[in-house]
Amino acid sequence: MKCAEFLNELTNYLDGAIDERTKAELEDHLAWCHNCYVVCDTTKKTIEIYRDSQLYELPEDLRTRLRTAIVSKCHAHKKSGPERV
Amino acid sequence: MTTIQPKVDAPVTDELALVQAAKGGDVEAFEDLVRRYDRNVFRIAQHITQNREDAEDVVQDAFLKAYSNLHQFQGQSKFYTWLVRIAVNEALMRLRRRRPERMVSLDEEVKTEEDSLPREVADWSPNPEQQYNQAELREILTKTIQGLPASFRTVFVLRDVEGLSTEETAEALDLSIPAVKSRLLRARLQLRERLSRFFQRREATNGKQKPETGDTNQ
Repeated sequence: MKCAEFLNELTNYLDGAIDERTKAELEDHLAWCHNCYVVCDTTKKTIEIYRDSQLYELPEDLRTRLRTAIVSKCHAHKKSGPERV
Repeated sequence: MTTIQPKVDAPVTDELALVQAAKGGDVEAFEDLVRRYDRNVFRIAQHITQNREDAEDVVQDAFLKAYSNLHQFQGQSKFYTWLVRIAVNEALMRLRRRRPERMVSLDEEVKTEEDSLPREVADWSPNPEQQYNQAELREILTKTIQGLPASFRTVFVLRDVEGLSTEETAEALDLSIPAVKSRLLRARLQLRERLSRFFQRREATNGKQKPETGDTNQ
């Protein structure tokens, strides 16, 4: 297996969406190709760091304000009937 | 090497009941659905629009649109996937309005200079969280993901940040499964490449790089 072939399968490998045979071939490649091992490992860390980063958390006060506005518009919509929106 | 573990799904046992009640005009039931997903919609909207005000508008408009079109929700997909589809469309509309000079499309195949094989292959420090404080780390992560083309950014956020499956992401974005996989691979590799500039293991640790600014290539 070449590095380019490994990279093509990287997403499927990290997501566990491959058959056992392909997985074994990829892991054979990882065992001897240090560059692909590092790319695979740091790609996994990239995903994890974003998933755990809590970027753009919705502050509680804004959350309440938005929900109040949504609920009030839903009530208005309910009164006016679906054809008005 | 272990695989990425998906986020645990929110409980959906009573979700259809809430949707049914909301369809019948029960606003409180709909409010429960808002509480369940408002944080996710806000995060997705801000990632796409990169603008706080726009993200606030997207949250309101997406939920209102969902409420007024609930009769069209047939229950063949999850309510959340259906809602995300509405929110993404609202967010893209605002992004296009704010940046009319730029082509913003999810269908477009974006070729970038970083589509070649990875160049930065140095391993990272054991723990980037210890290399930078929380504010610095947040700035690095924000600038880095903002530099991705919208079509890559959106797929990455839905799939890897919000934990939608490949199939749900395809459905929410009206893309084929191969298109989602291709964009996801390239988004992950580009983010990895860019983060490596900050996180790679250094012999001397006294020279921290400052986060870059304005690195956009849409």
